[in-house]
Amino acid sequence: MLLLLKGENMASPFDASATAFPSRRSILKTAGVGAASLAGIPFLAACTGGSAPSATGTDSGGLTFGSGSSDDVPKRAYQAVTDAFTAKTGRKVTTNTVPHNDFQNKINSYLQGSPDDTFTWFAGYRMQYYAEKGLLAPIDDVWETIGANYSDALKKASTGPDGKLYFVPNYNYPWGFFYRKSLWAEKGYEVPETFDALKTLAAKMQGDGIIPIGFADKDGWPAMGTFDYINMRLNGYQFHVDLSAHKESWDQQKVSAVFDTWSALLPFQDPGALGQTWQDAAKSLEAKKTGMYLLGSFVTQQFTDAAVLADIDFFAFPEIAMEGRDAVEAPIDGLLLSKKGGENKAARDFMAYLGTPEAQDAYAAVDASNIATAKGTDTSKFSPLNKKCAETIADAKYISQFFDRDALPAMANNVMIPALQSFIKDGKMDVKNLEAQAKTLYAAQ
Amino acid sequence: MSSTAQELIPPEAQEPGGGRIGRTRGGRVRRLTGRDKVVLSLMVGIPTLIELALVWLPTLMSIGLSFTRWNGLDLADIRPAGTENYQYITQDYPPFWPAVQHNLMWLLFLALIATPLGLLLAVLLDQNIRGSKIYQSIFFAPVMLSLALIGIIWQLFYQRDNGLLNFILGTAGTPQAVDWFGDSSVNIWAAMIAATWRHAGYVMLLYLAGLKGVDPSLREAASIDGANAYQTFFRVVFPAMRPINIVIVVITIIESLRAFDVVYVINRGTNGLEMLSALVIQNLVGEGQVIGVGSALAVVLLVISLVPIVFYLSRTFGKENRA
Repeated sequence: MLLLLKGENMASPFDASATAFPSRRSILKTAGVGAASLAGIPFLAACTGGSAPSATGTDSGGLTFGSGSSDDVPKRAYQAVTDAFTAKTGRKVTTNTVPHNDFQNKINSYLQGSPDDTFTWFAGYRMQYYAEKGLLAPIDDVWETIGANYSDALKKASTGPDGKLYFVPNYNYPWGFFYRKSLWAEKGYEVPETFDALKTLAAKMQGDGIIPIGFADKDGWPAMGTFDYINMRLNGYQFHVDLSAHKESWDQQKVSAVFDTWSALLPFQDPGALGQTWQDAAKSLEAKKTGMYLLGSFVTQQFTDAAVLADIDFFAFPEIAMEGRDAVEAPIDGLLLSKKGGENKAARDFMAYLGTPEAQDAYAAVDASNIATAKGTDTSKFSPLNKKCAETIADAKYISQFFDRDALPAMANNVMIPALQSFIKDGKMDVKNLEAQAKTLYAAQ
Repeated sequence: MSSTAQELIPPEAQEPGGGRIGRTRGGRVRRLTGRDKVVLSLMVGIPTLIELALVWLPTLMSIGLSFTRWNGLDLADIRPAGTENYQYITQDYPPFWPAVQHNLMWLLFLALIATPLGLLLAVLLDQNIRGSKIYQSIFFAPVMLSLALIGIIWQLFYQRDNGLLNFILGTAGTPQAVDWFGDSSVNIWAAMIAATWRHAGYVMLLYLAGLKGVDPSLREAASIDGANAYQTFFRVVFPAMRPINIVIVVITIIESLRAFDVVYVINRGTNGLEMLSALVIQNLVGEGQVIGVGSALAVVLLVISLVPIVFYLSRTFGKENRA
């Protein structure tokens, strides 16, 4: 979800307070009319945050760090990492935190202007895109020191189109069906292994007066999770990657099959999906109004009651046709080095530091809702759910990044969101039109 | 709305006349001293430059970019695309035609419901009823709020589970509860009602000013001639407010084209709330930017906007020329 559109979405996984209107800030900023004075503050902050301090931070052996992790918990978590780095090396880190909506929406001008030395970003197409445009500095030297800390899958996810390494993973989080153990035990539901079993289970839940599958797509991006999983289970991981990169046509039987399969699931998904955000749907799951909910593990941030949190479990998307359950959707967040930052030794040191278990433990000590990516991080404080998330990712043969991270952002935001929303409404999808739009948009890049 | 305010001032008062006119020995009239010229050229030049830089330059660039493909990164990446972007939005881009339709609905709704409602409020409040000022303040209050805020306020009415409206209808918490902002068959109406709440207050204020400006002797003459209240208003008072009516027409059209904030707050202009302005933002700003397509959408909006602008200007200047 990276890219998510618009930051608002991205925002969401980390922003527990963002409910009905997650991006009030950006709305005010955009709409600004009567609220100009209110809006002015974040707007100015957003404008200056990226550029002004970077001019001063580069000298004296320090570095600047641009962070889009503006919500309280991740912000404090990155603060802990930079403090630990400074304590260890004596090099000063000047952090410029920008509201995540603004950070993501302005990434184009940010990278072309005067970016910070290092900045938070995501793996996937969108990282590769900027690498290809020469806006990032390769960090193969950094990977020589940290390479042993990462699995091959993560290394692959950190590689640019030219084969050089650009990205240092910090954490990721798996997508799966989350449910309340107590509800399932009470009603005698069992974890479905196959898609047919999932449909049978859903029908049973419907009979029990429960909405079987929680669903929220007001923001547009969450439905991509369902699309990705059905696509990967039907056509395999590689097809997902090729389709996202538009190396495969949308106008083909394989894609139609995804929507045909999905339409069997639609009647079981929350009919109010288009009017609610993922936070709303998380509340329904908590209230046992819905039986299960397909989302990233960040959904647990909504469960502030420890008893509820302990009652949450999840299972991987059931197998349909291909590759069993080899692929898991687990978006990775981490750091990139800007072209300008590539000349700063301290920035490279900081990137290398983030790739160590030590730094990721410092992060996880504050933000425990994600799974650290480096080998050797401390797992002793993991909840059973954390452990399961970590195992799911570790066992996966393929890790996908979510449609809007794997695909061209314009395709994800301008085409897929309206297309999936209308599919949710009427169960119809015009794959010819998807292909026509994809052709134009990918050609424009 | 400075143009509005200006429009309300009688042309006589706008005349810069009354200035000192110097007469040189040769008998030639020299109206301006050297200093006047400097001041005047600064006063004309600076706004002109600002206008050029902030309005005309971007407008022309948008038009130019709408015929190209560009990823927004490197100027060297700009490639000509002919009319492909226009073909794309009209043939391949599903939200485009709904957006045009919604903009038209918005216009009709404001013109047929919101504006007459504002006129009605103005006429009622012009009757010197008790507490008129309080009512005026109440009806005008929404105008002072940004549309973004209005979207948030109306959310309280429209929410599916806790909203006031479903509560009043007795459907809150039941499966029959209508999700006013989420159900694409009703949400455009819900949004237009929210916008009406604001627009009516605006129109009311303008008409109140207009009504105060109507010469009371006209009404007297009408009543002496035996006209009833209905005839007095529609045959005498309303036509006498012709300048205001033109302003209102233009404002209504502009508001319907500008409509953006409310739908953007609700769901960023998707799922039944597509508007041209929201599509422009979607395609031009942020990560999903497709400069060519966004520019083409902006040009479409510009062309549509030019119609009322030209109408308004020709009215304004046409009148001055006659005078």
